[in-house]
Amino acid sequence: MFNLFQNIHIDWLGKRKIFIGFSIFIMLAGLFSALGRQAMPGGTDAFNLGVDFKGGTIVTAKFRSRPSDDDIRAALNKAGIADPVIQSSTNKPDEALIKIPLIEKTTDTGTEQQQKEQVQTGRLSVKAALDTLGPEAEGEATLDTDANAAYKIIGTDSVGAIAGSQLRNQAVTATLLGLVGILLFIAFRYDWTYAAGAVLAVFHDVLMVLSFFSIFQWEINLTVIAAILTIVGFSVNDSIVIFDRVRENIPLHRTDTLFKITNDSINQTLSRTIITAGLVILSVLSLVLFGGEVLRSFSLALLVGLTLGTYSTIAIASPIAIWWQGKLGDTRIKEVLVPQMGEKMASASRRSVTRRPVTR
Amino acid sequence: MKNTGLWIRTGIILAITLAGFYLVFGPRRMPNSSDFTWQGIKNNLASNITLGLDLKGGSHLVMRVKTDDYLKKLTENNMQAALSTLQDAKLNVASSQITTENGNYSMSITMADGTNLQDVVDAIKKKIDVAQWTESRSGNTVTWSLPGATQNALKDQAVEQALKIIESRINAFGVKEPTLQRMSKSSGQILLQMPGVEDPERVKKLIGADSNLALMKIVSAPNPSPVTTYPTEEAAKQSLGGVVPPNRKILPFTERDDASKPVDPANKKPTQFVVVEYPAVVDGSELRDAAAVSRTGGQGDYQISFSFKPAGAQKFGEWTGKNINNYMAVVLNDEVKSAAFIKSQIFDSGEISGKFTKATAEDLALTLKSGALPAQIEYEEERTVGPSLGADSIRAGVEASLGGLAFVIVFMLFYYRGSGINAVVALILNMILTVAALVTIKSTLTLPGIAGLILGIGMAVDSNVLIFERIREELRLGLEIPKAISVGFDIAFITIIDTHITTIISSVILYMFGSGPIKGFAVTLILGLLINLFTAVFVSKTIFRWEMSLRPNMPRLSI
Repeated sequence: MFNLFQNIHIDWLGKRKIFIGFSIFIMLAGLFSALGRQAMPGGTDAFNLGVDFKGGTIVTAKFRSRPSDDDIRAALNKAGIADPVIQSSTNKPDEALIKIPLIEKTTDTGTEQQQKEQVQTGRLSVKAALDTLGPEAEGEATLDTDANAAYKIIGTDSVGAIAGSQLRNQAVTATLLGLVGILLFIAFRYDWTYAAGAVLAVFHDVLMVLSFFSIFQWEINLTVIAAILTIVGFSVNDSIVIFDRVRENIPLHRTDTLFKITNDSINQTLSRTIITAGLVILSVLSLVLFGGEVLRSFSLALLVGLTLGTYSTIAIASPIAIWWQGKLGDTRIKEVLVPQMGEKMASASRRSVTRRPVTR
Repeated sequence: MKNTGLWIRTGIILAITLAGFYLVFGPRRMPNSSDFTWQGIKNNLASNITLGLDLKGGSHLVMRVKTDDYLKKLTENNMQAALSTLQDAKLNVASSQITTENGNYSMSITMADGTNLQDVVDAIKKKIDVAQWTESRSGNTVTWSLPGATQNALKDQAVEQALKIIESRINAFGVKEPTLQRMSKSSGQILLQMPGVEDPERVKKLIGADSNLALMKIVSAPNPSPVTTYPTEEAAKQSLGGVVPPNRKILPFTERDDASKPVDPANKKPTQFVVVEYPAVVDGSELRDAAAVSRTGGQGDYQISFSFKPAGAQKFGEWTGKNINNYMAVVLNDEVKSAAFIKSQIFDSGEISGKFTKATAEDLALTLKSGALPAQIEYEEERTVGPSLGADSIRAGVEASLGGLAFVIVFMLFYYRGSGINAVVALILNMILTVAALVTIKSTLTLPGIAGLILGIGMAVDSNVLIFERIREELRLGLEIPKAISVGFDIAFITIIDTHITTIISSVILYMFGSGPIKGFAVTLILGLLINLFTAVFVSKTIFRWEMSLRPNMPRLSI
């Protein structure tokens, strides 16, 4: 039997100020990054929104011999177009649809004139990139008439956002409503203080992930929404595992302070935390390293978010729950909370009450 | 025998496992020998799982809303309404003219001498909204024309409206997770990408279908005399004195009574015409719901029942109350589908009888419900496209994920030894059954769906780790092996139930209030978690029990 992380006695909650300080530091950095970029003249947007969110230009190119998606993407990246969407055309295999986000700092609510300019800029930058793969058949010339040409841009147009403000708002509303559901359920199964801790930890995780996206200007596309939903689920899962241990430990250690009980609970579940988080995070790391360019935003969001989900249980959720319980007064913890918690425990845990020495 | 319970558990697990494997890897027909080859399994897998646009691609359609037609129709309708209003107000119109060309949209009405033009303008303004039009008067003529900026704004609105209607139509049709984007503002183009659908032509037709429903009063002698019809349009015109006044319309009457004889498309000239009063009593914009219903269950015997919104029902009820025994026409796209006399006051519902086939009736009900398109749509470009995430990156993603999974399996086997086998069996079964469930509900798998799958697998790993760590703890406290296993499962189960229910609650909320990608995520996660309660707890515990029953006195548990 391998046993890692046994008999560990780390004072996690004693370090809560460091943890919370660290989180606040990152979130402030994210806030400064977002606001600073927005305010700086000629700067980038707060977030690097992809073509899914803000629309852009769609270029249809016809090739004499079609380079692979990867080659086209590499050429575009080299020309400074960071996040193109390249879609093959299965019934016309020599053609490729290339979608690039808006280049200028304009939105798709711009005027017709702006839109035309935007399409033109988009076309020129795609052309500049594709020219590195071979010359275009310019003007009236086609691939048939110009023997030297490697490709021809046969269509350009502007496209609006797939995920318009409607989808974005809906994602946010649905997630917030989901969190209300979580809040109510945890309050019902545990206590309001724990519910608040778990939900605030979720907010913390999402804000931290967004901070990372703003600071490093990683592209936010539709897949990032899926990643954030995953992060929310994982973060809550992690918080509940530890809360569950705290709930179980309270009637077993009536003389201990909640502070100590929570610390012990974190330490007791530490091996589980490290194994689960480690496995999940390493799997996602493999996605970051080998999952390719297009999934990078998704996998980075998962990597950062799942790591933070584990961290926030210890660093945010538990201290907040305890802090609030402390505000309610020690009496509540000992006299009100203990019997209440005890009653809510299932029979299995109560069995262990009789069996187990009270002090360990 | 004391193992009866265990055998029953095993039987249930085996049955579910077999069903799951068959749903995922088996064919949807009588299996044959080819289904047991590697290629056959791969083909079946590919045809069982529907992949979304981002993972597999689909159709790419560029369509254009004929915004010029929209403005033309708007001008014509306004003109007709204006003339009908003036006729009702007994104001004499000398002549009228509309322009709907070259970006000019205007209507001018010249009144007979001696009419006060202000009265004319007031009467029209009461009935139709001409606030956005520029008014000008000269002599006896008043002209309204649309300024260029207003034209653009109206076109823009028309495209937005068309976008919403198209979206509701394809969603109602059950196309999973399409993407709709507007293209250049001025051209009125819309780009639709949708994952592979069985019958793209039907979807195309449905999107562009022009369904205008109106209930109109027929000019006819009341029941019991039969409804007045005319054999030709000319004859109908003659009955009105040779000129169709603005408050009348002549419409073809194409009721079919015999479903066995479909209309010959080459010869579908209507044989009858009726005269109806304009404007309609109520029109399609007042519809609340429409559904295809079969009277007898026969193939060609479908009709469409509809109901009105409260305001429309009120209007319709008042009108039918006053018109008992008069004839009413159900008009669809300027064709009278049925003519019937009003037996009694009707408030909120009616039906279009016409002996439709199931598919046409369903499509018609759907287009009626989604509302009429502001203008016709034409398709400009059509192609099939590969996955929007790119085939190469999907391959990389799949390989990386399989690598991650392999690592998890190796670690579980290494760290938990014999019990690791439990975990791996539970994990793989979880994945197979989740995919089987997705196949069963015909869900379309997209990247957000896969994210839900990943979280589900993560929580499945977590469940196993929770249980095993707990069993280890109990063993360290000196419990006997069977007791440690049973206590470990029981206590870990409380945690597992709490984490699962919390996540399921939030996923159900995501499903209810989210759309497209969010729904896809929620569905796979909910299925994955429900199945995990079965695999991580029930299946894993059964394996432990077998172990204990086969080796009752084992000195130590491999965990």
